[in-house]
Amino acid sequence: MDSENEKTLVEILEPNIQVDLAKYIKFVSNPQSGAIATFSGTTRDTFEGKIVVELRYEAYVPMAERQIKSICSSARLSWSLEAMAVAHRLGSVPVGETSVFVAISSVHRDDALDACKYVIDELKASVPIFKKEVYANGEVWKENSEFLERRDQYSSHVSSTGGRVCCGSKVHKVPVAKEKKICCGNKTKVRDEEAECAS
Amino acid sequence: MAEENKKGADVEIKVLFFARARDLAGGVSEMMLQVPSGSTAQDCLSKIFTKYPELEQIRECMVLALNLEYTPESVVVNNKDELAIIPPISGG
Repeated sequence: MDSENEKTLVEILEPNIQVDLAKYIKFVSNPQSGAIATFSGTTRDTFEGKIVVELRYEAYVPMAERQIKSICSSARLSWSLEAMAVAHRLGSVPVGETSVFVAISSVHRDDALDACKYVIDELKASVPIFKKEVYANGEVWKENSEFLERRDQYSSHVSSTGGRVCCGSKVHKVPVAKEKKICCGNKTKVRDEEAECAS
Repeated sequence: MAEENKKGADVEIKVLFFARARDLAGGVSEMMLQVPSGSTAQDCLSKIFTKYPELEQIRECMVLALNLEYTPESVVVNNKDELAIIPPISGG
């Protein structure tokens, strides 16, 4: 347990602290690994044609850290991994900058590559971090489709630790149109001009 | 701890509101809530929704976390528990 913790770094960064990619890559580097896979999520300037003025993140920090660690432990059960680092930024993130970063090392590349995709997919589905997009004419709390698809699982008695389905199978998601499933009338804060354009 | 939760005695929990849930609760990010011993998370939610009816807007897409773990509404809460209203997440 201790040795695994030593090789797993999870950081939820305070506002105004940029994600230092080099730091996390350095953390997962070691002589026995032949591969380092990374994923960097960066903020976009448009969503469905609307210009994004600002993106703001907040988190339920202690739970987010715990959930990410759980995802990392879960990944180690499925793949042979050396070191793992996951960082997520909070506060306002200017367009084009990194909001989330995953770095994983392994002896052979397949393990790191597959685990990297698993970790970011699980993070989007289960880690309590929230993003608000601010447009010129309104603002919206975003909703990850991965979360909405899995919501029933969280409110049932099935253990949601690490977001695993039963039998420990790797999660293969059917691709769905991202961000299309908006529930609960999330967009009500955008002013009427949009609706007029649509009609 | 178990003795504090004698039948009939109130338990006090902390309730946290994040993101859209906080907006709908008028900007309140946390509150203390007293409920009778043996109450479930669902019982707590009923009280919370009475206090902040706007939260009904996210009733069908929110989830609950108790002491940092996702939880079903049927779980019984204990004194000093932390119950979080988690609106749809959007990390990444």
